[in-house]
Amino acid sequence: MAFQILLNVVLAFIWAFLQNSYTLVDFFIGYMVGLLILFVLRRFLTFDFYFRRVFAVIKLALLFARELVLANIDVIKIVLSPKMNIQPGIIAVPTQLKADWEVTLLGALISLTPGTLTMDFSDDNQILYIHSIDVPDKEAMIRQIHNTFEKAIMEVRQ
Amino acid sequence: MSLIEIIISILVLLGGLLSLLGAIGIIRFPDVYGRLHAATKSATLGVILIMLATFLYFLIIEQQFVVKVLLTIVFVFLTAPVAGLMMSRSAYRIGVPLWEKSVQDDLKHKVSIEKNRKLNVTDKQ
Repeated sequence: MAFQILLNVVLAFIWAFLQNSYTLVDFFIGYMVGLLILFVLRRFLTFDFYFRRVFAVIKLALLFARELVLANIDVIKIVLSPKMNIQPGIIAVPTQLKADWEVTLLGALISLTPGTLTMDFSDDNQILYIHSIDVPDKEAMIRQIHNTFEKAIMEVRQ
Repeated sequence: MSLIEIIISILVLLGGLLSLLGAIGIIRFPDVYGRLHAATKSATLGVILIMLATFLYFLIIEQQFVVKVLLTIVFVFLTAPVAGLMMSRSAYRIGVPLWEKSVQDDLKHKVSIEKNRKLNVTDKQ
């Protein structure tokens, strides 16, 4: 992937040399042209067209923004309700993510979403212990984490 | 009062409101872990909104592109989860109890195993 980005930057430089004008705009246009070339030649690259991963990162960021707003509304409802009608608890959530940075990212995203807080990792990093502020249904919560964050992180990895 | 000024004002007010709700949460939640929720993160969206408003203000009204402000958001993102993790983790390890009405405690098992292991090690020494 790093090789492809380097290739793209080199193509952008070549574009700027061909134009004989060296501004940021030229470089940007060259980068876009290089992106197109890489996309056309994606069959000959040793692995996937790298920009797909950039899209996956953007998708993850948007997903996180949505979850952040929704979860904030939930927590505000809890904080402002006259009776604290909540069922907090610590839940073990198994994860299929392998690399350290993936598990770290998952834990950080869970922590940053209000209502859930990563408390500990198991020794082999396959289980996250999450303190949740309201768990009427344990299975539903685990499923929700799997369907949102874990899935999006997996897309970034591939 | 232009449209952009109205948007910036709304962002700042929302951010302030969320921070206030975080403070109320610290008072109202019954146990350490609940309070940590309020302390470490209801601020997250509040900080993001206020910083976004600052960024927009400088960009559109003062015509300056201040990336430092956006970096603030990045640093909050990097540090807030780690702070929450370390505080809740150490609180659990020294035995701060959960609220009585808590329904689940999956961590108990793991921590008790760790404690046993530690005891065995000290016995051997």
